[in-house]
Amino acid sequence: MNLIDYVHEQVTLKRDLPSFRPGDNIAVNYKIIEGTKERIQVFRGDVIQINGDGATKTFTVRKISNGVGVERIFPFVSPAIAGIEVLKRGKVRRAKIYYLRGLTGKKAKIKERRYVAVK
Amino acid sequence: MNGLIGKKIGMTSIFDSNGKNIACTVIEAQPNIVTQVKTNETDGYDALQLGYGEAKAKNTSSAMIGHFKCANTTPKRKVAEFRNATLDKKLGDEIVLTDIFSEGDKVSAIGTSKGKGYQGVVKRHNFSGVGQATLGQHNRLRAPGSIGASATPSRVVKGMRMSGRMGNERVKTKNLKIVKLLPEKNLILIQGSVPGHKGSFVIIEK
Repeated sequence: MNLIDYVHEQVTLKRDLPSFRPGDNIAVNYKIIEGTKERIQVFRGDVIQINGDGATKTFTVRKISNGVGVERIFPFVSPAIAGIEVLKRGKVRRAKIYYLRGLTGKKAKIKERRYVAVK
Repeated sequence: MNGLIGKKIGMTSIFDSNGKNIACTVIEAQPNIVTQVKTNETDGYDALQLGYGEAKAKNTSSAMIGHFKCANTTPKRKVAEFRNATLDKKLGDEIVLTDIFSEGDKVSAIGTSKGKGYQGVVKRHNFSGVGQATLGQHNRLRAPGSIGASATPSRVVKGMRMSGRMGNERVKTKNLKIVKLLPEKNLILIQGSVPGHKGSFVIIEK
């Protein structure tokens, strides 16, 4: 077994985060420590990429805040993530939807992915 | 000084108890074998000589094969000496990493840095180069500039930093913190980077 993978297995947090893909709209509940107090901040936006592998795997969430695009990168194994909610499944054709950065308003909307129940 | 020889595996990052993401280097240090015990009476100084990594007998000189035979062990790839080692070990004994290190220790790492080839002064000696690309700067952007005066002394002083071969030399990085030990697989996680490429031998000193 690869020794780096062994290290990841030993030291990283094991947890069940819901599965999501680029294009999905998610809300990340992120723990923030202010002085001695801990509170939870919600970062809601579209996943524009999933990068890396193992303990260094990250995802990037993009949202428009007061007309300014804000992107935030979260490690999957970060202990500061209290939870993730998947709000909408998006329909995109790329793994990295960087083209969203150049779009605003209605053009920046991602079509929703719909599922048909299998009988 | 106590220490071990190990092999650099690669880098990764882990989260510590405060939730901080720490970049760290993974080093594999399987049990080292004491190949010689030097004492003040016989050698003029106290030291432990350790061997690490299996070598083929056909690639080992007969002198070294005899040396390893004295310690009742197989030929080793890398041999290093640790002066004034305080460990009470005899010839042929194994030293495991928990004998020396514990989590939170400050250590030094010695390795052979990655070879960079022939490099200019900007990369090799951190010269700044020319700050602007216009106003008559033709192709002098990364040039060293003047290397001395004229008729006096009419030579270039010794030690002038110039371009040349860079890297592939012994480098010691001090004050590195041990983040974690994984004794089952003989792994050490050291905060930050360690000189050398993956798979190269690294000496960890405490």
